[in-house]
Amino acid sequence: MKIAVLSGKGGTGKTLVSVNLAAAASESIYIDCDVEEPNGHLFFKPDDIVLEQIMVKVPVVDENKCNGCRTCSDFCKFNALAYINNKLIVFDEICHSCGGCVLFCPKGALSEKTKRIGQVEYGTSKNVTVITGRLNTGEASGIPIIKKLLHYVKNKNTITFIDSPPGSACSVMESVKDVDYCILVAEPTLFGVHNLTMVYDLVKLFHKPYGVVLNKCLEEENPAEKFCREKNIKILGKIPFDHELGMMNSNALIAVRNSKPYKVLFASLLQTVIGEVQHETIVNP
Amino acid sequence: MKLAMPVNDKSIEASISDTFGRTSYFLIYDTETQKSVFVDNSAANSQGGAGIKAAQIVVDHKAEALLTPQCGENAAKVLRPGNIKIYKTQYVSIKDNIAAFNKGELSLIEQIHSGFHAGHGEK
Repeated sequence: MKIAVLSGKGGTGKTLVSVNLAAAASESIYIDCDVEEPNGHLFFKPDDIVLEQIMVKVPVVDENKCNGCRTCSDFCKFNALAYINNKLIVFDEICHSCGGCVLFCPKGALSEKTKRIGQVEYGTSKNVTVITGRLNTGEASGIPIIKKLLHYVKNKNTITFIDSPPGSACSVMESVKDVDYCILVAEPTLFGVHNLTMVYDLVKLFHKPYGVVLNKCLEEENPAEKFCREKNIKILGKIPFDHELGMMNSNALIAVRNSKPYKVLFASLLQTVIGEVQHETIVNP
Repeated sequence: MKLAMPVNDKSIEASISDTFGRTSYFLIYDTETQKSVFVDNSAANSQGGAGIKAAQIVVDHKAEALLTPQCGENAAKVLRPGNIKIYKTQYVSIKDNIAAFNKGELSLIEQIHSGFHAGHGEK
C-alpha cells in the first residue's frame, strides 16, 4: 500500500503528516521524495545508514569528429547543447539524460560520461524504514533520484508513505504516478485553497483516489474545509493549530512518539486512510 | 555594426521585451545601413534552456552586440564565446536604445542573473 502526501506549497504539513502516519503504523516505510530539501530524516534521525550514489549520463563531444551539423542541438528539447564559434558546448545541468543526441549524431562525435547528481540514504528509526533522496545543489532535475527511491518499494507490501515535493510539477507527478492513494494537506486560508486546487487538479488528472487533511485548524471559518464540502472531497482528518505541536515540530520531535493525544489523533487518521485505500481497491480494483 | 535586441513586435516603433530568452522576436539592426531584420524567437516556448537557444539565434545572425534589459547565466555562456558584447537597455522603445547606443551612452551589463528556471524565479 503506497500513499503519497502532497500540497500545493511548502510548509503546509506534508512532512508532519507523512512522518507521523509512518510512525503511527506498526511497521512502515517513509520515503522523502522532496529531494531538493529533504527534512523527514531530521525527525526520524535514522540509524545504520547505507548510502547509494545516483549517477546520470551526460554527453561529451569529440571535437575532432564534430562537423557542426547541429543534429544534436536541434534534437534537444531542453536546449542543453549550443554550437558557437565552431565548437559544441554542452550544458550538463540542463541535460535530462535522454541520450538522444548521442543516438542521432551522424558522425559518432558524442559519447556519454557519468555524472553524480545526488544520493539515496537508507536507514531505520524504530518501526520505520527511512529512505531519503538528496539532489546536489544546482542540479536541474531530481527525477532520477525519485525513480530510484520508488524502485525500492516497487514490489513491497509494507505500508509506505511518500513525502512528495511541494507543488504540482514533474517531480510531484513522478512521486505520485504509481501510488494507491493521495493525501492532500491544506491550510485554512484562501491562499491554502489556491494551493489545494493545484494538487486537487493533479490527482484528478492522474485518476488517483484522494482525501484531504486539514492542517492548522482554528475555531473560525476554514476556507479549505468549505472548498472540500463544495467539491464533495473526503476530509480524512483535522490537525489543530496548536502550540504544543508547533513546539514538538520545531524541536524535530515526532508527535506520535512524544504525545499521547497526537498518538491517538494520528492512529485514528491512519485507520481512516487505510479504510479509504481498501475501499478504493474494492470499488476500483 | 550589427545589434540584436529582444523586441515585442516586428516593428522599429515597438518596445524592447522584458525578457531575453522568451522574447517573441529579435531585431537585428545594422547601425551602418540602418536596416532592420526581425527574427522569430523559436526558443520562446522551450521546455527549458530558452536562454541558450535564444543566444544561439543571436550568434547565428552574426550580431556583434546585444541590447537587453537582462541576461541569464546560460545565455551569457553562449554569447561570450560568440564574442557578443552585452549592453543594458535604458529605455522602453527600440529607437531610444539604438540612439543611446550610437551616442555611446549604454553600458555593458554587469549583473548576470542565475536564471528563472522552470518558472519558480523571482525578478
